Amino acid sequence: MAENHTTATDKTVPYSTGDSKITDATLAEMREIAARYPVARSALLPMLHLVQSVEGRVTPEGIEACAAVLGLTGAEVSAVATFYTMYKRRPVGDYHVGVCTNTLCAVMGGDLIFDRLKQHLDVGNDETTEDGKITLEHLECNAACDYAPVMMVNWEFFDDMTPESATQLVDDLREGNEVKSPRGATVCTWREAERVLAGFPDGRADEGPTGGKASLAGLRLARERNWSAPGGNGGGSGRAAETTVSPEAAAGPRPSDQPGKESQAVDGDDSRKED
Amino acid sequence: MLTPVLSDNWDQINAWQLSSYQRTGGYDALRTALRMEPADVVAAVKDSGLRGRGGAGFPTGMKWSFIPQDNPKPKYLVVNADESEPGTCKDIPLMMASPHTLVEGVVIASYAIRASVAFIYVRGEVLHVIRRLQQAVQEAKDAGYIGQNILGSGYDLDVVVHAGAGAYICGEETALLDSLEGRRGQPRLRPPFPAVAGLYGCPTVINNVESIASVPVILKNGADWFSSMGTEKSKGMTLYSLSGHVTRPGQYEAPLGITLRELLDLAGGVREGHQLKFWTPGGSSTPLLTSEHLDVPLDYEGVGSVGSMLGTKALQIFDDSVCVVRAVLRWTEFYKHESCGKCTPCREGTWWLVQILERLEKGQGSEADLAELLDLCENITGRSFCALADGATAPIASSIAHFKDEYLAHFENGGCPFDPMASTVFATAGASA
Repeated sequence: MAENHTTATDKTVPYSTGDSKITDATLAEMREIAARYPVARSALLPMLHLVQSVEGRVTPEGIEACAAVLGLTGAEVSAVATFYTMYKRRPVGDYHVGVCTNTLCAVMGGDLIFDRLKQHLDVGNDETTEDGKITLEHLECNAACDYAPVMMVNWEFFDDMTPESATQLVDDLREGNEVKSPRGATVCTWREAERVLAGFPDGRADEGPTGGKASLAGLRLARERNWSAPGGNGGGSGRAAETTVSPEAAAGPRPSDQPGKESQAVDGDDSRKED
Repeated sequence: MLTPVLSDNWDQINAWQLSSYQRTGGYDALRTALRMEPADVVAAVKDSGLRGRGGAGFPTGMKWSFIPQDNPKPKYLVVNADESEPGTCKDIPLMMASPHTLVEGVVIASYAIRASVAFIYVRGEVLHVIRRLQQAVQEAKDAGYIGQNILGSGYDLDVVVHAGAGAYICGEETALLDSLEGRRGQPRLRPPFPAVAGLYGCPTVINNVESIASVPVILKNGADWFSSMGTEKSKGMTLYSLSGHVTRPGQYEAPLGITLRELLDLAGGVREGHQLKFWTPGGSSTPLLTSEHLDVPLDYEGVGSVGSMLGTKALQIFDDSVCVVRAVLRWTEFYKHESCGKCTPCREGTWWLVQILERLEKGQGSEADLAELLDLCENITGRSFCALADGATAPIASSIAHFKDEYLAHFENGGCPFDPMASTVFATAGASA
């Protein structure tokens, strides 16, 4: 499956399209990021995320802007931008769709899901659909192995996937239907996500649940069997569980091990927000 | 059997919000800590026996005590939230459900080492976790837990949530520091250790998320309470993450020293109709174990005694439907991709390992190639700045030790004898539903 790991290189990368969206406001935000750190250069990674939120990729103009704000050369910034896989030289679609093909997700079905999506979308790894909606990429482990096979859309979790739920997901994205992460918010655009990574919150932290079924598997079992840490004074909250327990925890034992369904049922919205 | 402490508030409504966290005693430990001398906070964590939960198991309090307080430079705390070791999935759910547990730990730890700024370096690929961290830090600032003169103690601290950009190597602490300084994430030669010359050349403590999140409850309930759990040299409770071919995968918080047999029993056992074939105790960089090792205590010493490492307690369960050669090849491709390229044995070695394994998986090889692979592994291990390449060789050497016959079967078969469909979750969806 080494072909999973190759990147299409037959398409040339536009050096500059001459229509950079970097403005004085962008530069001001870059300076704002730099001011958060004791040494300004620490801001370079978030600044490159900001460039992607404005430009849809890392452009030559974006690199020069970072260099100008931080007093670096363009080469120094390029050296950093080319090291990290989240920085893209080619334009990324509205939705970056990732499929984990590291070992555990791969054997649990990630390889088949990735193959199915390549066919369904008629793109290769790290390529974007003709309509500019979806960029497909295989991912390395995204720290959600207890929900394998895992997909990410604009870095939101999609758990317990199947080839069928995966194709439905990308169809919904292409058709503009609202898509919610089972452990996150309603999916925003890739550029909007990049802005959050640059350190500009979008005010949506309260969407979604505390965790999915797997995150709560051990806790739920401990509650059922009245197990707790010695002294009964663990994290300190178990005694109040019956009055403040969250809906996803109250849903009871994992209903079945049918993949691709149950975690979708956990629906988060602001109605549970207190205070 | 299970001891939910860090995960104890994960079923509370809006557990990620300050109001919810405070309702369950949140930030009480910070008040306790701020009434103590910083050195006494360090001593409490030392006495608890807490060891680093990021893989290496170094005593946390001792790490803090290495910070030279007579050094006039600023001190920094850096939280390693770059969770990306294959199989590891404990810090992400912790920060998603209860980011304030981490933030409270950050303030206490920073006070203990007298840091002026703390950074939470979180991998960039977890958008919603980053949102929750950003909000938690802001809430803590608004409540006076972060900022100038915290709770009237005279102590000042700033906390920055910093998103990475996709590089496994940045989970290595010195590569993380280079990345946080706005550079390519490449490891540094040690010594000097970060405690002496870390971020910006200043004294720096780098701790894993779970280590720092364990600090508030130690201050709250005491070092003796913490060390009453666990085994002789591995104290306290910890998050075990079960994934793969197990009936109820997920997070199981238990005292150190529980066995995989016990955990599998709690999680409903291996996938119905199948047998356990191999597993990782703590991520893909820890040598594979088999069903022979079901009763090994999962603490630092127990797992070490059978030639592996506790690592991140990422228990990836693979049943008899999985081809070990395919699994190992995929991990090796991962290490090749993630090698930062600084050290030749790792950069070139992982490349060669993939070449050979690809050939073996296709059945094009002989027993002599296995000897070649092991020779290559020996020449790679221990010859780089960091442990990435050592991790790359772990699954190869251990799989050949345990499953040599399966490699040979590929040669005899002229290819992989396994059906890749059989290992998928959808292969059994009909049977278990």
